[in-house]
Order: sequence, then structure tokens, then C-alpha cells
Amino acid sequence: MDWSPIWISLKTASAAIAITFVLGLLAAWGVIRIRNRKIRMIFDGILTLPMVLPPTVAGFFLLYLLGVKRPIGQFFIEYFGVKIAFSWQATVIAAVVISFPLMYRAARGAFEQVDQNLVHAARTLGMGEIQIFFRVLLPNAVPGIVSGGVLAFARGLGEFGATAMIAGNIAGKTRTLPLAVYSEVAAGHMDTAWNYVWVMIVIAFLAVLLMNMAGNRKNRWE
Amino acid sequence: MKERGYESGSLQIQMKKKLRDFTLDVSFATQRNSGQGDGCVGILGASGCGKSMLLKSIAGIEEPDEGRICLNGKVLYDGKQRINLPPQKRRVGYLFQDYALFPNMTVKENISAGLKTGIYKKKKSLSSDEIKERVMGLVHWFHLKGLENQYPNHLSGGQKQRVALARILCYEPEVILLDEPFSAMDAHLKEQLRMEVMRVIKEYPGEAVLVTHDRDEAYQLCDRLILMDRGEIIGQGKTRDLFQNPGTVQAASITGCKNISEIRRINGHRVFALDWNVELEVEREVDDSVTHIGVRAHDLIPLSSADEISGKHENVVDLGKATVCEMPFEWYVTLENGLWWKLGKQAGEYAHVLTLPKAVRIPRDVVLLLKERE
Repeated sequence: MDWSPIWISLKTASAAIAITFVLGLLAAWGVIRIRNRKIRMIFDGILTLPMVLPPTVAGFFLLYLLGVKRPIGQFFIEYFGVKIAFSWQATVIAAVVISFPLMYRAARGAFEQVDQNLVHAARTLGMGEIQIFFRVLLPNAVPGIVSGGVLAFARGLGEFGATAMIAGNIAGKTRTLPLAVYSEVAAGHMDTAWNYVWVMIVIAFLAVLLMNMAGNRKNRWE
Repeated sequence: MKERGYESGSLQIQMKKKLRDFTLDVSFATQRNSGQGDGCVGILGASGCGKSMLLKSIAGIEEPDEGRICLNGKVLYDGKQRINLPPQKRRVGYLFQDYALFPNMTVKENISAGLKTGIYKKKKSLSSDEIKERVMGLVHWFHLKGLENQYPNHLSGGQKQRVALARILCYEPEVILLDEPFSAMDAHLKEQLRMEVMRVIKEYPGEAVLVTHDRDEAYQLCDRLILMDRGEIIGQGKTRDLFQNPGTVQAASITGCKNISEIRRINGHRVFALDWNVELEVEREVDDSVTHIGVRAHDLIPLSSADEISGKHENVVDLGKATVCEMPFEWYVTLENGLWWKLGKQAGEYAHVLTLPKAVRIPRDVVLLLKERE
């Protein structure tokens, strides 16, 4: 059995969650700070879109933006000598785009759950906005953020449609577990597919377990 | 634009803000008599009259639609000049109803939360020893010794309030705003916490503003009162004066006057109370502008037999079919004509039976002369 899909998947999902986590938190922070309700809703809609669109459509847009013949794709080739489309990096980009809304929405919900008076109190006490983010918002939103992170990780791990569009299905390079399952079934290798399926189930179960543990964990201050 | 008549140590407010049902439109100034150990300025009004919004506007949590707010000569907000200082730059201490302690910080960390930042960072950075010293001083002053490393969730309501007050004082604000600090408290805790707040206000050199709907609280803690109704100021002055002579029907009602009746003036010292159907002699001169009178429920006195013999029948009201309601320490009696009468129980009175007199007397000097506000 070819082990590479497992490693590629873990590598992709790990890199993706690191990026998604930070971007999701920042986006959530940015959106809750928008005062105008309409503008906030528009931003919220745009940031949530990848979750609602079919992944292949999201992947289509990515290909349209980053493809070899497209402006951004060409820019990267010319200035950095990097070909994004159909590289391993493309699997990360696909996973980030698709898993981002989960992280963003979970973080936003968690921030909104934090008692607004804490933020007001921090402001009247002279704490700067960045300090409020790290010392007040973040610590009091940890459970929601962690479960959002785990969910986003799992989603990144299971990403198929967008990955296939922008990264392709190159064995040993961009073939992640979900793509491997598809390829093996397509080739009639049900036994190999089963192996991959089991690996997926174990990882998914661990993720859910982790999420529940994070949700139930008591902070030292409770 | 320079306001006259106020010295530097003051809070001046003139603001408008449209709320859902009415417009908050207030204008007042406070001036603390320094060194007199006096109480704070109180804003008394029913729930939802806009008083919390007013306080939040001073703190910079809410933005007025227009107006100007100055604190000790510094402009905090000016609609025309488009000045709206963020809360961080206002140096305003705000005591929230639920105290808003940071749950993830210990008592010590909560108290010093305001120190490591903002003005202190730029101007004179306090050394960690100085911070420690100041925090420990406050811990001591607020009887929080031994709790420094506890988290707020492990504290009682009273302890939480003390931490919140210590946190505010530690930041050395120029004004302290107290937003209904006792309304979420159990009755038996309230008394004690009020004393605590009173102690802070007395010691604190700057201005303090208390917002409340509780007239006892306002009377106990505030030297000066501002009465608010539906976003407007309907009376202000020395607390005692306002309670003794509220002036308007609305002000009388906010200060807790239970008996208010429309009147027909008979002469300069005699009126007919339409709602109670009695004629009353009054001490104060009644002019044409007086439309109502008020009598506080505690001010009625039972007609004694001595009064009856001496023929002192001025302002006597028969009880008629009175309704009696027993409270722990007093009786509420509703006379047949609708007057409310509250009379305290005597110490050690366990009979739980009230022997009602035949009639009560309204002393002529307790009658409040009131006008209807336009």
C-alpha cells in the first residue's frame, strides 16, 4: 500500500490549519469590530461563501485566479519562480479556502459570546485594542475557538473538490487521502480504498474526541 | 466656546441621543466641593429613562448624536468639532452593574489590569514594584487580603464589588461612574455594599456620578440629585431639598411620593384635593400655578384622642373601609379615599395586629405643592 496519501494529507491539513486558525481569528476580530450592521453583513457573507459554495466551484475560482495562464499565477511564476497550480502548496490553498469559514464563524461566535461589558471595562481602564484582544477576548473565547479549530482541521483533511480542481490528483505529490480513496475505487482496488477509509475514520474520530474534550475542559479560573 | 461659572474640577454635559421611544436630551454640570468629604451626584429615574445611556456616553462606550461633554476642562466629546475620544483616553472609572471583572485574571491581575497600559505606558511607566505596592495597598484597603490569587468566579458578590472598585481606583480616574451598582444584589447584601461604596466616594477626591432607580440609595449616597424621566431632566438640586420640595408631579413621583392629587385652589392656604375628596389647609402659599399636591405616605399621623378632645380637626381624613397590608417592619394602610399611609411598627411589636384609629391627620406643613410639567 502507498503510504504517501496519508503523509500528504496530514502535512496539508496541518499547514492549512495553522494558516486558517490565524486568518480565521483575525477575520472574526475584524468583522465584529465593524460598527455598521450592513457592511458587517456583507463582509460576513463574503467570508462565509466558500462554505456554502460547492467545493468544485470554489476550486474553479482558485484555478481561475492562480492558474498558470492567469495574472496571479503568472505573477508568481515570473517573480518567485513558483508554479502554484498542481503543486503541493495548492492542496494547502484549497484546504485553507474551504476550511476558513468554519474557523471564522466559530471564532466570531465565540467572540460575540464574550460579555461585551468586559470589553467596555477594559477600554475604560485604558487597555489598547490589541491588548484587549489577547488578554480579554481570546482567553474568554477559548472553548469556542478550539472546537472551531478542530472542525476546520477535519474539514481541511477531508477536502476533495477544490483540491482536485487546483492541485489535481498527482500520486505522491498532491494525492491526499480523499483523492486516494476516489482513485482506488475508480481503479477497482476496493481493498486499498478500505485501508484509506479506515485511516480517515480513525483520524476523524480522534478529531471529534479532541473537540469534545476541548469543549468540556474547565479553565483554571472556573 | 468657553463655559463660564464652572471651575476646572467638573463634569459638564450637554448631549442628545435618539433612543427607541424618546430622545435623551440632557444638559447639566457637576461641581464637587473638594475637601468636604461629600457624597456623589445621583441620577435618579425609572428603569429605561435613559440614565444608563447617559453614563455610557460619558465613558465613551456609546456615542451621542450631538452635544458636548467636558471633564476637568478636557473635551471628551464634541459633535460640532467631531471630537469623540475613545474610552481609553477619557480617564473615566466605570463600575458596571455586574462588575465586569475579567474571569481569566486573578484578583491581583484584575486590579492592576489598567496599569500596564495606555497613559501609564506613554507618560510615566510605573515600575513593577510601584504597581505591586499600589495593588497591595488597595487589596488591604478593600479587605481582600488572602484573595489576591483567587479568580473572580470564586468570590462572593460583595468581594467582587470590592475588587471592581479597587480596579477602578487603581487606575486613578478623574471621575467615577456607578451604574446601578446594587440592583442585582440580595437585600441583605445591599446595605453593606452601600456602606462600602459610600466609603470609597468619601475618600475619593474626584467626581462621582451614581445612576439608580432606588430613591433610598440616591438619598443615602448623593448630595445632589438629578431627576430624569423619559430622557429629560425634570429636576435637580440638593437631595434633601428635592425630597422636601420636588416641585413637579413627576419629580414627586420619582422621589417616591405615593399620594398625589389634583387640586382646586380655594385660597392662598386652602385647597380641595379632587382625588381624595377632602379640603386641606397647607402651610406653603398656594398660587395659581399649583395644580397638584403630594403627601408622603409616612407623613400621615393617626388622630389621637387628645386631638379629638382639643377639637384639633384640621386636615382630618376618615379611614373609612381601609385595607391593611402587613410588611416586616411597617404597615401599609390604604384609606377608603385612596390615600396611602405607611406606619412603622414599634420595636418589639409582635402582635401582628394593627389597631386602626378612626381617622388620620395630614399636618399642614407636610403637604407638597406641585405643578404639572408641560
